[in-house]
Amino acid sequence: MELIFEGLSRAVSMLLRADSELATILWLSIKVSVGAVTLALAVGVPIGTWLALGKFRGQRFLVAIANAGMGLPPVVVGLTVAVLLWRSGPLGAWGILYTPTAMILAQLVIALPIVVALTTSAIQSLDQRIRLEALSLGASTIQMVKVLWREARLGLLAAAMAGFGGAISEVGAVLMVGGNIKGQTRVMTTAIVTETRMGHFDVAIALGILLLALVFFANLVLTYLQQKQRHD
Amino acid sequence: MALLVSGCSGLGLRADDQSQPPPDIILATTTSTYDTGLLDQLIPAFAKRYGFTIKPIAVGTGEALTMGERGEADILLVHAPAAEQAFMAAGYGTSRKAVMYNWFLLVGPEKDDLGIQTADSLATAWQAIADNEAQFISRGDNSGTHQKELSLWQTSNRQPQGSWYQEVGQGMAATLRIADEKQAYTLTDEGTFRAQQQSLSLRAAELTDQRLRNDYSVIVVAGSGPGATAFSRFLISEPGQSLIREFRAAGYDKPLFIPDARQ
Repeated sequence: MELIFEGLSRAVSMLLRADSELATILWLSIKVSVGAVTLALAVGVPIGTWLALGKFRGQRFLVAIANAGMGLPPVVVGLTVAVLLWRSGPLGAWGILYTPTAMILAQLVIALPIVVALTTSAIQSLDQRIRLEALSLGASTIQMVKVLWREARLGLLAAAMAGFGGAISEVGAVLMVGGNIKGQTRVMTTAIVTETRMGHFDVAIALGILLLALVFFANLVLTYLQQKQRHD
Repeated sequence: MALLVSGCSGLGLRADDQSQPPPDIILATTTSTYDTGLLDQLIPAFAKRYGFTIKPIAVGTGEALTMGERGEADILLVHAPAAEQAFMAAGYGTSRKAVMYNWFLLVGPEKDDLGIQTADSLATAWQAIADNEAQFISRGDNSGTHQKELSLWQTSNRQPQGSWYQEVGQGMAATLRIADEKQAYTLTDEGTFRAQQQSLSLRAAELTDQRLRNDYSVIVVAGSGPGATAFSRFLISEPGQSLIREFRAAGYDKPLFIPDARQ
């Protein structure tokens, strides 16, 4: 119990001191996870929409894959991406293992199925008539999709939040593909692992509290955005 | 998901890439040199002097050697002499040099009813643990410390089997923490134990035995660039050795590692 209070006071003092190592770690966490989620949204929302509207063989199977992908264990993603990026691996020539780029790639793999699956269900739960109405008014496919995204924006923001949550909170993948190098690839979750391993439990708890605060703040912003949209 | 599919086409790329060396040097290291904070002293000093960027990946000796075999690391800092000799004999490394040493310690609860901490020899202590089925926490992760532990069971003619013997598969500091919570015995490297000692109630047995000597070596992996050789030379040079000698952990005023380069 004592440790938790020590951690709390440590967290506050680290923030007040504007600890530069902490700033580096926090900033990298944000950069990597926001980068991964942005890419996941850019790729995943169109795929999810296509899956929701598509009537073709195997459509249900693809949706099932996306749904199952929401439970991808980050450590399996990390191992797979690491093996691919090894110098001896098929993508070894890229030379990005143990860099933030590799970490974004791994978190993209984690966030993508979440975004795809939630987009699919958000679009599918819209009233069929919205789509038919838009088409009957002579909308092109692109215009129709824009209408659907507008109508499904609450669900799409939820997909963004869930994707971000999955990315920023995972440790297995970034540890393996990033290598947890101080000042280069260390993020909040891997810093917590390292500090725990070193026996610095108060620092580890302090970092945990700050990570929670970061996740809360990011979701607060998105939730405000979401709820504001609801009233518009 | 496409990533999962393309996993089998990776042979032969490395040979083509030899013309352009990797930009950074990857150092695969045992966790003890990292978790004690020693590498945080050595790497910046080396970078300042020679301008190479070293990326330390703390993994444990078993994994470090495997990374070396696969060419995924350029330089290794490890402590499992038998496995290292096999590594060199197989031609995976171009040089192997002694860097430093300390001792492995058998640690256990303060309340030591079995008299293990005062045992007159290493073998007696290990036999007493097994025969009394005293709780023992093993690293169980193929690290240098784990390999040493297994060899000690072998030489003391005891099988580490049964509910008293628990493999946790974690790093040294986490293993010490578990041993502390369970009031169990464990084998630890001196560096990690001394760096953690303040927050542990475990005591070290007073055993002196050459078999408990913990030698750290630096290995340059075959096919690595000039930066790896430079780092290896730096570790055994006078500036590197004196950094090791002067390195201290908070709350313990003796060296954690004793420099041991024989040039």
